Amino acid sequence: MPKRGVLDPQGKAICSSLHAMGYDEVDDVRMGKFLELRFVDGAAGEERVARVKSMCERLLANGVIEDFRFELVDDGSPGDGPRGPAR
Amino acid sequence: MKWGVVTFPGSNDDRDTAHVLRSVLGHETVALWHKSADLQGVDCVVLPGGFSYGDYLRCGAIARFSPIMGAVARHAAGGGLVLGICNGFQVLCEAGLLPGALVRNRDLRFVCRDVTLRVESISNPFTNLAFAGDVWRIPVKHGEGCYVADPATLDEMEREARILVRYCRPDGSRARDESADRSDYNPNGSARDVAGVMNAGRNVFGLMPHPEHAADPAILGAEGGRRRADGMRIFQSIAHWVDQRREQASAGSMR
Repeated sequence: MPKRGVLDPQGKAICSSLHAMGYDEVDDVRMGKFLELRFVDGAAGEERVARVKSMCERLLANGVIEDFRFELVDDGSPGDGPRGPAR
Repeated sequence: MKWGVVTFPGSNDDRDTAHVLRSVLGHETVALWHKSADLQGVDCVVLPGGFSYGDYLRCGAIARFSPIMGAVARHAAGGGLVLGICNGFQVLCEAGLLPGALVRNRDLRFVCRDVTLRVESISNPFTNLAFAGDVWRIPVKHGEGCYVADPATLDEMEREARILVRYCRPDGSRARDESADRSDYNPNGSARDVAGVMNAGRNVFGLMPHPEHAADPAILGAEGGRRRADGMRIFQSIAHWVDQRREQASAGSMR
């Protein structure tokens, strides 16, 4: 998500469109990105958390302009393994 | 003086830039491929404009992991000169070689037109042949050129004269009217009208406008009158600075 205080012209444009449609209860819109990562196994320990955090800090988000948060979820699907078929 | 121009997949001003350096300025210029980590002994590396890696994720975010960028970072750490133009500026910010970041233009439009820039500072390798207050006319062409940095960083850069060019009105006065929220003279909404900034080490410079598109006299005759090759001042300043350093070094070694 764009940090508070960072100009978010896309969010503003979306907010104006919602107002034009009559959704006046909307006060502000911020637009960010949603990324879905699939892992080779279902491990969800501290190491996985640390590595995902490092991925966010080093590549997936830019700390100058964006905040990030992530959650690890088990979607119940069997792991395909590193060379399994692409979904 | 030897120049290197990097080509990432999606770079598209690499050849224009090399043409200006080689054919207009008359300097030795080599093409540097992103997969190579060899800068071939160049004095100045130029990261050109374009859309490296399709601007995927964020502009410049993927390019910064190219093998050449490790070499560029080492070159910069050793005091070597680096110039980033447009996408090159975005890559330098993503790589942490310059502070701040470039985000979507305030008006959500791709802007492609001439802008006027005021030279704010000249005691550096990149604008030393200009006079402070000079007004340059140089084109921009970008969708993500809105410069963002936290106020403390902007204050520090102002104190250290590291904001080298700002968007301004054609007469050199401030782009932004104090009373107005926006100004046509600032094409993208950049904080404090910043068009280009230099690092704390004073050897890395990035800017959104394209000096290479305001440099070749053969293409500056349009619009009813000859235009000045304002972009050349940056390339000439860099060459001048490198020459001076070389003279100082040889004078030092003769002593």
